[in-house]
Amino acid sequence: MREFLDMSGYAAYVWPSVGLTLAVLLANVYWARRLVRSAQAEARRRLASGAQS
Amino acid sequence: MSWAWFHRFASPPYFYSLTLRLAPWLGWPAGLLIVGGLYGGLVLAPPDYQQSDAFRIVYVHAPAAWVSLMSYSLMAFAAAVGLIWRMKVAHAVAAACAPVGASITAVCLVTGMLWGQPMWGTYWAWDPRLVFELVLLFFFLGYMGLRSAIDDVSRADRASAVLAVVGVVNVPIVHFSVTWWNSLHQAPSVMRMQEAAMPASMLVPLLMSFLGFTLYFYAVMLVRARAEVLRRDRGGSWVRDVLAARGKAA
Amino acid sequence: MTMTPRRRRLYWVLGILAGVALAGTLALQAFRSNVTFFFDPTQVSAGAVKSGQRFRLGGMVEKGSLVRQAGQLEVRFAVTDFKSTVKVRYTGVLPDLFREGAGVVAHGRLNTDGEFIADEVLAKHDEKYMPPEVARSLKKGEPRSGN
Repeated sequence: MREFLDMSGYAAYVWPSVGLTLAVLLANVYWARRLVRSAQAEARRRLASGAQS
Repeated sequence: MSWAWFHRFASPPYFYSLTLRLAPWLGWPAGLLIVGGLYGGLVLAPPDYQQSDAFRIVYVHAPAAWVSLMSYSLMAFAAAVGLIWRMKVAHAVAAACAPVGASITAVCLVTGMLWGQPMWGTYWAWDPRLVFELVLLFFFLGYMGLRSAIDDVSRADRASAVLAVVGVVNVPIVHFSVTWWNSLHQAPSVMRMQEAAMPASMLVPLLMSFLGFTLYFYAVMLVRARAEVLRRDRGGSWVRDVLAARGKAA
Repeated sequence: MTMTPRRRRLYWVLGILAGVALAGTLALQAFRSNVTFFFDPTQVSAGAVKSGQRFRLGGMVEKGSLVRQAGQLEVRFAVTDFKSTVKVRYTGVLPDLFREGAGVVAHGRLNTDGEFIADEVLAKHDEKYMPPEVARSLKKGEPRSGN
């Protein structure tokens, strides 16, 4: 296990690469969902104000 | 040939419900393929005879490089369709490609630097491949910057679409930079005419990673495109129906 | 002949694309030497580089050419493209992938003796990946297949 984590001395390059990639992939999912929620909220406000006028 | 399918895509309610149905069918396999590809690449695959374990960065770097080019091409194509056919849905797709593509392009550049330092002996060199990939990132950022500078959505769509189309010229330059010019960067190992330059034990996880990243991109892009379609069509009666039915589909 | 607005926009987009592609091609042709990341030994021997100019030299480290003086950081080796060869001197740490018979890109300038004084040496690797056992057995097979 220690050998695996060490990556024959390249741990300082391999693990940050993998970690950064996964972090960006997950962040994109979060950002995309947040964008949908905000677009829906905005559309709902629009409908509400449109219904009153 | 019937163009009915094309006109159906152009209909915001149809596209909205399509993305709602399609995204999970792309996203979950993408997650499994990426996890499987990384497990295969980081754990099961043998080390390289020259680069030892440092070569394993290829399992995140090469798929990111592929997605950076694919996402820009798709963005430019969607932008061109949006310009020519005045199609809101196409503009929505183009706008949805940019942030995902830009972030993956940045991943490609940073993982490349983390690979270059131990193997080449430098994080960065003004090598044609590296420079044109950086230009690709700037086109993505320029596209996003231009969009955010224009308040009116349909004007932003048209102006930024021209920039997206102009920048597509850079895509083949990035791909062929290593064959056209002397370069520090090696030639492609998988995206080439001949058989891939590695044995199956290394190749299979890499292909899983390529497919996983590709499906992932489409899944996230479609989720964003759903929001973009909603922004462009707030008045339609279908929006009311969609929002009312929203309870279960977030 | 009348054109539909859609057709007109199509031609506009194609026109922009063609124009940018043409401009890009011309620009890359004009700056060809600036895009070139390194010169190979044949170009250097043919005088492609002005004397005293800093440039990058790229090629293979010639087998058997690497000389290290004991207790010193200075290394000497030769860079070849199998047609011409340029001798290189370098003081500093070599990258992990630097080895004889492998690709290299050195940054520096030629001295008056035609030796290349490098201040940066980068290793270039090829696109082939294989496990160490496979590489070893390929190497063992080499002399036999050569006979």
